[in-house]
Amino acid sequence: MSLGKTEVEYISRLAAIEVNESEVNDVAAKLSNILDLFSQMQATDTENVSPMAHPLDQVQRLRPDVVTAVDQHEKLQSVAPKVENDLYLVPQVIE
Amino acid sequence: MHNLTIKQMSEKLHAGEITSVQLTQHYLDRISQYDAELNAFVTVTPELAISMAEAADKMLAAGNGELLTGIPIAHKDIFCTDGVKTSCSSKMLDNFIAPYDAYVVEKLKKVGMPILGKTNMDEFAMGSTSESSYYGPTKNPWDLNAVPGGSSGGAAAVISAGLAPMATGTDTGGSIRQPASFCGITGIKPTYGSVSRFGIVAYASSFDQAGPMTRSAEDAAWMLNAMAGFDERDSTSLERETPDFAAELNQPLKGLKIGVPAEYFGEGLDSGVEDVVRNAIAEVEKLGAETVEVHLPNKDLAVPSYYVLAPAEASSNLSRFDGVRFGHRCEAPKDLEDLYKRSRSEGFGAEVKRRIMVGAYALSAGFYDAYYLKAQKLRRMVRDDFTKAFESCDVIMGPVAPSPAFNIGEKSDDQVSMYLSDLYTIPVNLAGLPGLSVPAGFVNNRPVGLHIVGPYFSEAKLLNIGHQYQQVTDWHKQMPEQYQ
Repeated sequence: MSLGKTEVEYISRLAAIEVNESEVNDVAAKLSNILDLFSQMQATDTENVSPMAHPLDQVQRLRPDVVTAVDQHEKLQSVAPKVENDLYLVPQVIE
Repeated sequence: MHNLTIKQMSEKLHAGEITSVQLTQHYLDRISQYDAELNAFVTVTPELAISMAEAADKMLAAGNGELLTGIPIAHKDIFCTDGVKTSCSSKMLDNFIAPYDAYVVEKLKKVGMPILGKTNMDEFAMGSTSESSYYGPTKNPWDLNAVPGGSSGGAAAVISAGLAPMATGTDTGGSIRQPASFCGITGIKPTYGSVSRFGIVAYASSFDQAGPMTRSAEDAAWMLNAMAGFDERDSTSLERETPDFAAELNQPLKGLKIGVPAEYFGEGLDSGVEDVVRNAIAEVEKLGAETVEVHLPNKDLAVPSYYVLAPAEASSNLSRFDGVRFGHRCEAPKDLEDLYKRSRSEGFGAEVKRRIMVGAYALSAGFYDAYYLKAQKLRRMVRDDFTKAFESCDVIMGPVAPSPAFNIGEKSDDQVSMYLSDLYTIPVNLAGLPGLSVPAGFVNNRPVGLHIVGPYFSEAKLLNIGHQYQQVTDWHKQMPEQYQ
């Protein structure tokens, strides 16, 4: 399968990763090689096989709905790029 | 001191013949002497190490020491370590000082194991060579032109060169076993869910599993005892009693049935590696084991299946890196989308970006069934192959990788060829089984490991086999000449 510029732009948007004009061809070629590898899967008949999400077919463990974590926002926010009044700062979203 | 086994070190520490401070300083000195050429560490933490060693000496003096108390350790830079940079070898986390300890780090701290530093790796554990690190490639102590394997390449190099007696690793598609093979050390990936993932920077959560990297199987058993256990903070942590992984070390191997998969010795396997592996199996047979042929017919489906599923999980896991809460943030973003896109594009390296993009694509509308769902079905087929094989054998033996370590730069521009080199390790991750690599010989002066895979929860048996093999061979004792 060969990806073109349009597909790369689409994937770039899905992944929130910028792909520069100068990189598009290289990225398209490398992603296409990987998709070729994936195409090897298609020949196998999996009609009666159920998908396996976890090795031991585990189910999610439940716990009582009580607070267990302690408030440590100061410590956790100490590694944030921009914080003001205990809030994470991002560029303005609403005009 | 660096040639002692962990048991010998522990005896000397408990007898007061050496102190943890002396032992820790010995390794710190070796790191200063050798790490400039190996680049196996991202961060060395001498002050932390010595202060922890002093505390360990007090524990020992008070008679509160455990087997591993006072023995220093290096953690892969994927384990969050409170107050220490935890970069995952990425520019994205170059400024990240972890605000808490991973479960494994916390547990080994409590035992009193001084932390020497954090080891280099492939960025976000995505690679088989440790070349994709933001901090440059780690070199293989056996041959500085060779890669140490990956992604736990720094950890493997550190053990191989005697810069730490023990190291933590993680294995998502082979990242403990393949570098163990390439560097001539012992590494075990336990059954999925045995060791908590809490505080390990996530790559592909249904595969990620931490394990010990050591010189010998005996050392690995002691370390796994200290690492494993149920942790409610990891939603897939197994709620079962942790066995004593060292309990079976000295069991005789008489009657052991070794499954040898015909498919693992076919085209693409280096003939030198094949000889080493077959000789190793013959050596175990001399100890009373017998071989039976088994079949893993779907082995070729494992690599494509894994390279759909792992990137799909990665694309979701790595969406947390958005330039907002931690990690790299771009300068002067013009809006929120620009902040996300540029922070991620600047912070991630090429292979990480590729896997995120491939994963996002495999999960996207219109392709989900053809890629993701198909890969999950193949995952079950690969697992069922093992289940069937274990009906006629106790363990499976074969190669860890199709070749010894390749040269630095040899595969760095050919992803698919690099992916395909994981063909023996990946099926074990897909199935969630335990797998061990023990040093078994050399090809062109580069080490080669023997891969031993067992049913779920057979770690103690695998380590028993590894230990018995290491009683009659000395591959695990060999060190590169310049680091002896």
